[in-house]
Amino acid sequence: MSQTATMSGAPASAPVPEAGPRGPKPKPFFTPKRIIIYTTLVFFSLYFLFPLYIMVVTSMKTMPEIRFGNIFALPSALNFDAWGRAWTSACTGLTCNGLSPGFWNSVKITIPSTIVSIFIAAVNGYALVNWRFKGSEIFFSILIFGSFIPYQVMLYPLVMITREMGIFGTLPAVILIHTIFGMPILTLLFRNYFASLPQELFKAARVDGAGFWRIFFEIMLPMSLPIFVVALILQVTGIWNDFLFGVVFAGTQNLPMTVQLNNIVNSAQGTPEYNVNMAATVLTGLVPLIIYFVSGKLFVRGVAAGAVKG
Amino acid sequence: MKKFAVVAAMATAFLGSTAYAAELEVTHWWTSAGEAAAIAEFAKVFEEETGNTWVDSALAGSGTGANPVIISRIIGGNPMGATQMNTGRDAEELIQAGLMRDLTDIVADLDIDSFYVDQELLEPCRYEGGLYCLPINIHSWDWLWLSTAAYEKIGQPVPTNWNEYVASWPALEEAGILPFALGTGWPINGIPGVLMAGIGGTDLVMQVNRDKNADAVRGPEFRKVAEAMDMLRSVVSPETMVPSFGDAGNQLLSGDAAGNIHGDWLQGDLQIAGGVPGEDYECLPALGLGTQLTGGGDSFYFPVLPEGTDPAVIEAQEQLARILISPEAQLKFNLVKGSMPIRTDIDLSGANACMTKALALLDNGLLPSGDFSLSSDTQKQLEDLNLEFIADDNISVDDYVERYATIIDQAD
Amino acid sequence: MADIATQSDQVAGDSSRPGPFRRLFLHNLSAKIAAIPMVATVLIIFVGCTIWTVYYSFTNSRLLPRNDFVGFDQYERLFATSRWNVSITNLLLYGSMSLVLTLTLGFLLAVLMDQKVRFESAFRTIMLYPFALSFIVTGLVWQWIMNPTLGLQGTMRGLGWAGFTFDWISNPRMVLFALLIAGLWQGVGFCMILMLAGLRGVDEEIWKAARVDGIPTWRTYISVVLPMMRGVLVTAVVIIGSGIVRLYDLVVALTNGGPGISSEVPAKYVYDYMFGGGNIGQGLAASTMMLLTVLIIMVPWAYLEFGGKGRRS
Repeated sequence: MSQTATMSGAPASAPVPEAGPRGPKPKPFFTPKRIIIYTTLVFFSLYFLFPLYIMVVTSMKTMPEIRFGNIFALPSALNFDAWGRAWTSACTGLTCNGLSPGFWNSVKITIPSTIVSIFIAAVNGYALVNWRFKGSEIFFSILIFGSFIPYQVMLYPLVMITREMGIFGTLPAVILIHTIFGMPILTLLFRNYFASLPQELFKAARVDGAGFWRIFFEIMLPMSLPIFVVALILQVTGIWNDFLFGVVFAGTQNLPMTVQLNNIVNSAQGTPEYNVNMAATVLTGLVPLIIYFVSGKLFVRGVAAGAVKG
Repeated sequence: MKKFAVVAAMATAFLGSTAYAAELEVTHWWTSAGEAAAIAEFAKVFEEETGNTWVDSALAGSGTGANPVIISRIIGGNPMGATQMNTGRDAEELIQAGLMRDLTDIVADLDIDSFYVDQELLEPCRYEGGLYCLPINIHSWDWLWLSTAAYEKIGQPVPTNWNEYVASWPALEEAGILPFALGTGWPINGIPGVLMAGIGGTDLVMQVNRDKNADAVRGPEFRKVAEAMDMLRSVVSPETMVPSFGDAGNQLLSGDAAGNIHGDWLQGDLQIAGGVPGEDYECLPALGLGTQLTGGGDSFYFPVLPEGTDPAVIEAQEQLARILISPEAQLKFNLVKGSMPIRTDIDLSGANACMTKALALLDNGLLPSGDFSLSSDTQKQLEDLNLEFIADDNISVDDYVERYATIIDQAD
Repeated sequence: MADIATQSDQVAGDSSRPGPFRRLFLHNLSAKIAAIPMVATVLIIFVGCTIWTVYYSFTNSRLLPRNDFVGFDQYERLFATSRWNVSITNLLLYGSMSLVLTLTLGFLLAVLMDQKVRFESAFRTIMLYPFALSFIVTGLVWQWIMNPTLGLQGTMRGLGWAGFTFDWISNPRMVLFALLIAGLWQGVGFCMILMLAGLRGVDEEIWKAARVDGIPTWRTYISVVLPMMRGVLVTAVVIIGSGIVRLYDLVVALTNGGPGISSEVPAKYVYDYMFGGGNIGQGLAASTMMLLTVLIIMVPWAYLEFGGKGRRS
């Protein structure tokens, strides 16, 4: 189990890089070294910010502005026409209902998938820490190892399994798939978290004769709000951003936003409307971006823990 | 194997539930302007005549993108009410696995043998005495489309065959006109077949597509085809390629590009965009060289629906099957799509100049096209080869021939 | 972790010794029931599906799986297929460049961030936000930026820099760099966060000692701190590596494999032949090769971790 301990232990349970810099002592601000540091950081920040800027300004331009202006230029006016079109009338193939159906499909996929996957993983983590049974650690090791298997290896058998279950091409299938592939990292997260809680509470409850589920719901869950938030951020962004499982398992009526976005941009007929394309791209990125900016440090913690998921 | 469809009873919930007016989901990949207008004709007739609802599921990405979705839904036990696919071998295993409905009884009283243009078309639909699909049109890749506007610009007459067309390239390039328009992705895939029929001739097509004879590929006739591909490569580059074949059509109408080899369905788009054959564009069947067209087509398949499906939906399947091959729907659909109807007994006086040319050639019989006679696996391999060849000047004509031969050699 | 395990063993072991049957089935029954989803996932999905895939990669299954064994035929065809070989070469080239650059830039940025910079939190926010976005969004944005006529190239030329060339997505020789620039944009921030966590996990005493010895800061980072971050580095390599093997969405969105087949990757080959070409055997053989690639990355890592730990304790 040592490998998982190393992998997760470091990022998950502890250090969000908050602890305070360890570099040399502060010196006067404008030394050559400082200038180099800030120049480099600013340069990279520009690289990271550039696409966001381009995305947003392009989405507010008109097509003539795009065709005759330059890509850096600000839009002549705050113009959300393209956003409206991307949302309600951009064409994905033959249907021209914009991205909004994809948005709602993604909502329908993300909410249950997040709830189911987190609940199951929380129970797993709890059982692994407090109720170890013969072989439980072996299963856990394979689970972690399994998270590195390329999805393509399991794709076709999963099509067959969901078919036999009669859910292929429906929401339950894609929820099941997200639960399966979210399980390794989430289980790891909860396992490490529960392991870090003081064991006295658990023991006391056992002595009082409380059983598996009672301890879980009455003692463990109330204490695990922080890790639930981390798991929530991880799953919502991960599932929202998924493309492959949506394409294969969700069915044509439930295609998530990422898939519809790709159809709008890459399967469009006629003259491409780059402003609508970029508006659609911004809209698709908006949900994870909002989560990112609102959750701040918790997101950092989530992705650091989610490291294993890759 | 039937169990696949049966187990998936849950899916039925999505497929209409009212007892009388059923909703029938129909999947297809007809997403270009002309194609969409054509399928709408089917939908209109179906809804008017039966009172049922046509639930349209158009899938993006054409055959290569949509086929997988259609197939995986059928295999996955979440079948649609009806689906379009290419006439040919793409669905053969689905038929063998019992996933498609046997239509023999449904069309028994229509005596389909009497009116189908070519019985060969029905061959892929037949399996162990049953009939599992209905070809609804004949389409052919074998068209060279030429832009009147482009040739006006350079002050030359519009070419009447492939050789004249190639000879006009230098003048076109000098005038800043793209000699050959091409959409990215699959459109390249039909071109070798067209060159085979036009330049290589009937024997070559039969030997390669029907007999899968790799030696024919290595022979002198196919070499001419490969050299023509090489010439195309010299005037096509990734920067000049457009997103879809419909866009290539628009380049012809505007005179930005001079020519394009593409199937007859391009004509639907040219018409929608206001193009008139003979005025805005010219069409040369079989490159203006050959006398026979290679043909395939589209067929409709009706998957076996899971147990517990509303009988009204199953009945709607039957109604649609009969409507698709009815004279009325055939006429309306094919005139819009630019393809040839499968019935001999239709009055095609409404056909435009290009379709009339095609109908004349049809009398000489059809040659089996690649999408008709090769498995999807083989088609995919050829597509990869063609895509690679057209984009990479380092692959010699010899390499191309040899790799084409290897793929044909392994084809089953 | 080990002591916690022992603790809970003691808790569980409080009751009197059960018999073999009870020990196997009834002992901790609720926990076992609760763990059914996990056990099923492990056995059916991770183990079962993988075995199924490897098994059927030796058959000539087409649209539907069938038990018709053909030995290594699928693999022979795979490695005789130009597109597969291009895919592997691409993966190797992209993978090695991406790995090296992600680690180097991630480490460099982490070191810079570790210099008591002002606005550290702002910098971190800026560098990490792309990681919140999907590969589809990433691919589409960069596709637009690299649009030859209206994107960066067109703009620069319009501004008078006639020779400016940034045609990477339509140039077969440069298209991998297009993927790289988008991939790095998405992933470097995350690597920086990992590295920064590693840097801040290094004991302050080390720094004091280095300063006393008069070792320059940059040398301390390279020859003292870096080796101490072995755990984080290995983690980063494994994560970035297994992400690279899976590379799919980004290619679909940015280039869809083009121009020609010059940016094809193995994951796309698997998908296209499994679902598009209707040749399951071929797709499964390709995915088995992907599995093998991951094993080649994972096994040395697992060995190092297990072996290393064993030696240390």
